[in-house]
Amino acid sequence: MQELKFKPKSRLREFLGEKLISVNAYIALLAIFLIFAFVFKEAIPIFTDGAVQQEASLEKMTFKQEFRAGREARWSWQPNSDIPKFSLWPLFLGTIKAAIIAMLFAMPLGIGAAVYSSEFADRRLREFIKPVIEILAAIPSVVLGFFALMVLATFLQNVLGLTFRLNALNAGIALGLAVIPIVFTVAEDAMTSVPGSLRDAATALGANPWQVSLTTVLPAATPGIAAGVVLGFGRAVGETMIVLMASGNAAIVSASMLDSVRTFSATIAAELAEVVFGSTHYTVLFFIGALLFVFTFLINLGGDMILARLKQRLQGKTS
Amino acid sequence: MLVHENTDEVNSTEEIDDAIDEQSDTIPTRMKMSVRSLDFFYGNAQALYDISMDVAEHRVTALIGPSGCGKSTFLRTLNRMNETIAGTRQQGQVLLDGRDIYREFNDPSAIRTRVGMVFQKSNPFPKSIFDNVAYGLRVNGITDRHIIATVVEESLIQAALWDEVKDKLNNSAFMLSGGQQQRLCIARALAIRPEVILMDEPASALDPISTAKIEDLIGELKVKYTIVIVTHNMQQAARVSDHTGFFYEGRLIEDGPTRRIFTRPDKKKTEDYITGRFG
Amino acid sequence: MITETQDRPVEKKELVELQFRPKTSGTIPRGLTLLAVVIIVVILAVIMGNIIWGGIGTVSWKFLTHPPEQGMEAGGIFPAIFGTVALVFLMVIAVVPIGVLTAIYLHEYTSPTSKMTRFIRVAINNLAGVPSIVFGLFGLGFFIGFIGGGLDSLFYSGEGPVWGQPAIIWASLTLALLTLPVVIVSTEEALRTIPPELREASYALGGTKLQTIWRIVIPQAMPGVLTGSILAVSRGAGEVAPIMFTGAAYYLPYLPGKLNDQFMELGYHIYVMATQSPDVEATKPLLYGTVLVLLALTFALNSIAIVIRSRMRKNRVGT
Repeated sequence: MQELKFKPKSRLREFLGEKLISVNAYIALLAIFLIFAFVFKEAIPIFTDGAVQQEASLEKMTFKQEFRAGREARWSWQPNSDIPKFSLWPLFLGTIKAAIIAMLFAMPLGIGAAVYSSEFADRRLREFIKPVIEILAAIPSVVLGFFALMVLATFLQNVLGLTFRLNALNAGIALGLAVIPIVFTVAEDAMTSVPGSLRDAATALGANPWQVSLTTVLPAATPGIAAGVVLGFGRAVGETMIVLMASGNAAIVSASMLDSVRTFSATIAAELAEVVFGSTHYTVLFFIGALLFVFTFLINLGGDMILARLKQRLQGKTS
Repeated sequence: MLVHENTDEVNSTEEIDDAIDEQSDTIPTRMKMSVRSLDFFYGNAQALYDISMDVAEHRVTALIGPSGCGKSTFLRTLNRMNETIAGTRQQGQVLLDGRDIYREFNDPSAIRTRVGMVFQKSNPFPKSIFDNVAYGLRVNGITDRHIIATVVEESLIQAALWDEVKDKLNNSAFMLSGGQQQRLCIARALAIRPEVILMDEPASALDPISTAKIEDLIGELKVKYTIVIVTHNMQQAARVSDHTGFFYEGRLIEDGPTRRIFTRPDKKKTEDYITGRFG
Repeated sequence: MITETQDRPVEKKELVELQFRPKTSGTIPRGLTLLAVVIIVVILAVIMGNIIWGGIGTVSWKFLTHPPEQGMEAGGIFPAIFGTVALVFLMVIAVVPIGVLTAIYLHEYTSPTSKMTRFIRVAINNLAGVPSIVFGLFGLGFFIGFIGGGLDSLFYSGEGPVWGQPAIIWASLTLALLTLPVVIVSTEEALRTIPPELREASYALGGTKLQTIWRIVIPQAMPGVLTGSILAVSRGAGEVAPIMFTGAAYYLPYLPGKLNDQFMELGYHIYVMATQSPDVEATKPLLYGTVLVLLALTFALNSIAIVIRSRMRKNRVGT
């Protein structure tokens, strides 16, 4: 019979292989830290550099400023004028306006579609709706921005008789389109994960399908739906291209959603190309970036925590 | 006919049979593996309590007992397969040819080339029949194609599968029937020339004809190998094994020559199980 | 003495009458949520229709293979296609190994409850939520400034920036970080479908963990790896904000040939053409054509990924 000689296993190779794999896994962790570190690093002069603070200290960026002696104190973002102005409030307002419009648009559509898909649709319809949403999700944001700029703006202007063609409403609707898939997916997941035993219990007591949905599924899925809204809001705040192309990019302070707006992300995108490396303007842009990072980080953390707790709760019920 | 009633007749048939059994079992055979005071834990839960047992070379040892009694867990301690599950630990000794497989060997994979395993549900790799059998060789450093081809053929012959697959070695293993897949897994285990073969309910998922084929195979294999088989089928244990151990709730209640265990068990629990009073 | 229990007559009370009220049938909610679905479908159809209608006339073989002429009013977009392909090619080389190994580490080596696993998962989820412009800032600050600048001062002191400037390598690495979560999630999904019996069979034959991963696990996970890669490519090809300052350019007379060259890119091209063309009407055909090409590319990639994924879900081992 054939002689067999087995090669002994190289423990060194095993060890090195495992080390390689585990070290690699920390890249994702490292990346988050590095992103924060390097963005924040360029923003530190706001806290430390006197020259920067002349123009853009935390105080100067937050509160109304008397930019010219004797004139009324106001907020203004005009980094490139003779007297550079770095109030963040117009940008913050713009960001929130666009995001809120986006959510007002995305929530009914996204949640509504999710409810329909989970509670009313038969299997075939569900198999149709899911790809539709995936297609919507796949559209690059620059294409949505393009559409808002070329088509939606004109449509809105004609229908509503607007002065400004590119405005918060225009950007907000397009933003909402980008957010719908997030809200839909998370909400629909939450609803379909409600255990069948819960539905059965309600049905066995005589509830018709809609009552089951209303009294059992929706309440159980509410945290999931909330998480979807939270995560969608995070996306709306951080989204860049759509607002860059569709909002008009005017950093003004106004309550009207028919005025042009400027968001944090669009500001960075629009102005970073022309800043002088190391200048106050450059520092402030990175500061805005750090703000965005922290804000979306917290929002996503919150959304994930809600989802995690929801999963625990649902699993507890079924065991 | 299972339980022997205590009479004073000396020459009853059962006693003569037992005498023959005990004689044949005293044909010198060394203990291939020995287990001494083995405790086993899944995390904090103890699954095996103070097991001591010997596995004789070139014999078939059967482990029987109701489901959940620990016989599969025990089987897996014999080739350190429990280490693939997190949180397990054991105390006591498991000796292979006198050497403790846990303490004297650093690399568990070295044990597994000497103590092979066939699983309850056949688990061929998503590869060809040939590559399935060759897997063990390649993973242990054999690269010579000629050697591999020869050993693959040998193993398939030993597993009584060669004639059925010799023309389709490159077909996917999933094209075989359930019984054939299980024999393929046996061939795969044989290819690395283990000394001991552990079988965890090898025929429980198979039809009677395939089961019979595998039982015949076991009978043939014991000539060259040492076999430990877990089975919940007592008739199978009685048919196939030389030595039987009865497990109950993590303890080895009794072990001894198969004939005796099934006709004159010492412990009442064994007797109850064998007569079908539980399990 | 015998104590007797008083024999009180059992009062036969009348059981309270239950009157079940007629139920809400749920037609209105059904109608409303269906409306939400319809609106989404209609909007999607309008967007697609508009783009196809506007661009179909422009897209031709010449369009795809020639560079732009006459200031983007004629010619084609070949350099942008080439740049996009080169960009995602480099990105895939970076992101797939890192993503697959991370998924393997999470699934094969750690337990779901260990602290490290949870940290890594939190990091991955948050990486997925970082605004794309912040990735752009990171690319600028870390890859171009720190690494590129570092390379320059180590190897090319005083010659002017060689690596510390916008370059295709930095843009693709930035995108690799952005798409990392996509690859990880997809690979993990595939790993979960591998039954433990396969791994056990390998161990029982003397295979080490590394051998089992290399010979059994990774090959079985291939559909998931492929899906993840394709989705990453689709995402990477559509993102503009991360590459705006890390290497994309509007017009270059050359194709990127070295790792530190700049490049033209479809998404960036759309953005600049849509917002900064001196004559919007004249460049419209090219613009619509570019959008159509990007959209078609995205959808083709996504569809392939979806097909692979659904086949993978149906095709588990042993069936």
